[in-house]
Amino acid sequence: MHRKQRLLTRRRILLVAAGAGLASFVRAAGATEAAMAEAIRDLIGEAPLEPGKVKLELPSIVENGNTVPLTVSVESPMTQADHVESIHIFNQKNPQPYVAVFHLGPRAGKARVATRIRLADSQRVTAIARLADGSFWSDSAEIIVTLAACTEQ
Amino acid sequence: MARVLINFPQRAKRGDIIEIKTLIQHPMETGYRLDNKGATIPREIINLFACTYNGDEVFRAELFPAISANPFIAFSTVAAESGELVFSWTDDRGQTQTETRQIIVE
Amino acid sequence: MKALLGGVLGLAAQVALAAGIAPEERRSGYDFAGPEIRAMQDDDTTNPGNLWVLQGETLWAKPVGAASRSCADCHGDSRDSMKGVAARYPALDPTLARPLDLEQRINRCRSEHQRAEPLAWESDDLLALTAFVARQSRGLPIAVSTGPELRPFAELGRELFEGREGQLNLSCSQCHDDNWGKRLAGNVIPQGHPTGYPVYRLEWQSLGSLQRRLRNCMTGVRAEPFDYGAPEAVAIELYLMERARGMSMAPPAVRP
Repeated sequence: MHRKQRLLTRRRILLVAAGAGLASFVRAAGATEAAMAEAIRDLIGEAPLEPGKVKLELPSIVENGNTVPLTVSVESPMTQADHVESIHIFNQKNPQPYVAVFHLGPRAGKARVATRIRLADSQRVTAIARLADGSFWSDSAEIIVTLAACTEQ
Repeated sequence: MARVLINFPQRAKRGDIIEIKTLIQHPMETGYRLDNKGATIPREIINLFACTYNGDEVFRAELFPAISANPFIAFSTVAAESGELVFSWTDDRGQTQTETRQIIVE
Repeated sequence: MKALLGGVLGLAAQVALAAGIAPEERRSGYDFAGPEIRAMQDDDTTNPGNLWVLQGETLWAKPVGAASRSCADCHGDSRDSMKGVAARYPALDPTLARPLDLEQRINRCRSEHQRAEPLAWESDDLLALTAFVARQSRGLPIAVSTGPELRPFAELGRELFEGREGQLNLSCSQCHDDNWGKRLAGNVIPQGHPTGYPVYRLEWQSLGSLQRRLRNCMTGVRAEPFDYGAPEAVAIELYLMERARGMSMAPPAVRP
């Protein structure tokens, strides 16, 4: 798995409570949308990206962006011939576009993974599934992230 | 050794799809936070999680700083045979923590 | 930050009648949290606070200190001996003639009976032991004592709860008695009951104590927070538990 080092052209320092002690959160505004597009291009190449089969479940609004539950599932019989090889999750506004890559296979039984993610701001999250036949399918979800009140700073 | 919570049915029928839930204690320091002197707190995350079933890999997850602290990962596998499920978490320093659990498949 | 300032200035303009919350109207912070947070709390296999409970279970059995004694050596099975304990803390320590909260009680046991160093506030080990002990009171009603020895401390706690403080000149009561249910900076204001402590606060991405949360609130109104373990802090904890008397304990809770 290659990880691109982005030269960030614009930076905005946001003072957002980010946990214990005095800490600031450095966010690259705008650069990640481009990075996300490039990361998706790296994954799918010239192949078409079909909407469908994938269901990305995220709450539409969260009280805190630190721990957002995410579930992604893909309609698939998960047989040797027809299964999901991997699911790639991307985000639009965090400092970097990757969230996770899940590698499955016919032994999974069903293509469904749940985790918890960090979202720096209200944004769109995209999930892309690569099937055994080389096709790519996707789903996206928009989420509003609200700030916590009474933080530590 | 970080605290770990692993949950799945310890007995299953052959062919059943079982859900496995895992939770590990880890701050998942993103590498984007600044300390109170303005210096970047270095990144320190678990970047890989894998599960093998009697030696065969059945699930693998590459993790990035966008995964929350105390990473929670739930996934499925087919209860194929009795044996050992081995879970491993690898961090940026290349250190791996492994947990082994038994499963009985009837 | 600007949203927070705007929100609280609006509140500060209101005349606050610190009448308290009617007993039948009291609701846990759980009721104000979104469905995802509630789901995270309800499932013991996915509640991150349980990582600390698990750690506490191990520490309970571990001999420590010059006395080389574990908690289990004196207290046996925590499911019996610790049942109901967290629900009645802070409790009076007769020797010190003042209330101690659960963390202080654990540290007192460590120094008096295990002859070990006290654990630092918010250290993983202290959080783990507190979470483990508190867990044994899950589902039980809060039942702090109302004895005459504790009265003055509870009164101090009430005064601190109802008194304005900080640059924003707000009292706890103005938000948590008078404006609960309304929104502040995108979050719903809860009533401020300590039913779920120690709590996994998403903001901290860690388990934390009630005192840590109170310090956050005080910083939020730009007041100098009390030191960990300060008598004022314990007095507020005692008052909060009294205010929540009868409500069901649910540690480790998950909150935004």
